[in-house]
Amino acid sequence: MQYLINVIDDRSESGTAEEAVAIDAFNEKLVAGGHWVFAAGLADPTVSTVIDGRGDEPVFTDGPFAETKEWAAGLWIIEAEDLDVALELMAEGSKACNRRLEVRPVLAPPA
Amino acid sequence: MQPPSRGPAGAGPAGVSSPAHDALTRAHLASAYREEWARVVATVAKKFGSLDIAEDAAAEAFATAAARWTEDGIPPNPGAWLQTTATRTAIDRLRRENTRDARHREALMLYDAPPEPTGAIEDDRLRLVFTCCHPALAMEARVALTLRMVGGLTVAEIARAFLVQETTMAARITRAKAKISAAGIPYRLPDAEDLPARVSGVLAVLFLIFNEGYLATGPDTGPVREDLTAEAIRLTRLVHALLPADGETTGMLGLMLLTDARRSARVSSSGELVPLGEQDRALWDADLISEGHALVRERLASGAAPGRYQLLAAINAVHTDGDRTDWSQVVALYDQLVRLDPSPIVALNRGIAVAELEGPAAGLALIDPLDLRAYHGFHAARADLLRRLGRLEEARVAYDAAIALAGNTAETAFLRSRRPE
Repeated sequence: MQYLINVIDDRSESGTAEEAVAIDAFNEKLVAGGHWVFAAGLADPTVSTVIDGRGDEPVFTDGPFAETKEWAAGLWIIEAEDLDVALELMAEGSKACNRRLEVRPVLAPPA
Repeated sequence: MQPPSRGPAGAGPAGVSSPAHDALTRAHLASAYREEWARVVATVAKKFGSLDIAEDAAAEAFATAAARWTEDGIPPNPGAWLQTTATRTAIDRLRRENTRDARHREALMLYDAPPEPTGAIEDDRLRLVFTCCHPALAMEARVALTLRMVGGLTVAEIARAFLVQETTMAARITRAKAKISAAGIPYRLPDAEDLPARVSGVLAVLFLIFNEGYLATGPDTGPVREDLTAEAIRLTRLVHALLPADGETTGMLGLMLLTDARRSARVSSSGELVPLGEQDRALWDADLISEGHALVRERLASGAAPGRYQLLAAINAVHTDGDRTDWSQVVALYDQLVRLDPSPIVALNRGIAVAELEGPAAGLALIDPLDLRAYHGFHAARADLLRRLGRLEEARVAYDAAIALAGNTAETAFLRSRRPE
């Protein structure tokens, strides 16, 4: 199954060069093990825009959808056989990016 | 289905019920329930990949047994009968629900597969224990799931044990099962390298259940909850039987047995806690003590460095050896424990042992600087040492702090009786 991993952060643009090197090495390992699906860093939540397209005209609002003390500063999507595999891999990912992570299962498409 | 058989010793013919026959059936059912519940849940969970289905199927199989065994007699192999009945129940449910889950379709095809060999079933039970105690579940969910799925307690019993509403406990268990299924918590044995950490997680759950029984908290509960201590020991015996070579599991079982052995002497007839040195050793359970001592000796003989629970078991072996505690041995064991676990609680208990060996002033000097103001045991230990040193004004203040924080009724009664007027 697939898991989304949110990188938890409470600072802006806080990544360091050392962390980037460690993350690259970790990503190569994900690819080699067949676990890699996608990964990216995210811009600060203050530059986000909220869209509501449910009405006749779309409404655009500045800023994140929720004011929180912590947010996602990046994400991975990985393929793992089960949660134990995902946890073991991402414990290493947490070390590489030097941040706490949230692991969430991606819903399987209906059979 | 197995042909009906007669139970031994005075059971009536099949279909004819007599009081003796009914009592025998009930006894068989109760023992089958204790023996077989976890096996049935574990096997069905493995086959169908769902704790939910396994729990319902096991409950229904035992309900069917209650009705059928009275009528038809006890089957020759009650365990196999229950497995077969639970598996059929699960299959009926999946057919009714016309499942589209590939795992369930696969299980349906295994319908006529021969029963698993005993070794595989033992592994299934161990898998069940590890799944229920998975570190991705909240501690209270682990405790509830373990008692339900492995221990076979009803939701109502678990709710009573933890003094919460039955609906709250049911929701907690349902949520935990849903997380196991949705998050992909696997139903398999941990890798060799993860095993020690995962076993330690299982032992933490068992110890919490035991302590909730042994140090029951709350004004409305008795000072010792024997239902919980007995269940914790039963579960620990099971894990020990499944992992006989694991030193910490052996230590945990020894620790529980040596602690539980002193249960009858621990609370006086007037409901006060009796300190170890004043307990009537004739009331201690000699069988539990000798079993506990044998487990501690087994670990000593292994020559392997002891972990936390093995050291605690060894300390309790010293307490229960001979006519009085050899405090120099206890202090030496606490010295080892402090190196493994530098928490202030361990330092407190070491300080209490030093006070017995070198006098209250030496103990107080070790205990005073500890950062444990929120823990009743800290104030109780200080109160006792201050009283023994004749510093009565300070002792009163410490007793009051301990009484305000203590939750166990026998302990509160004991503290009140010791507080200097």
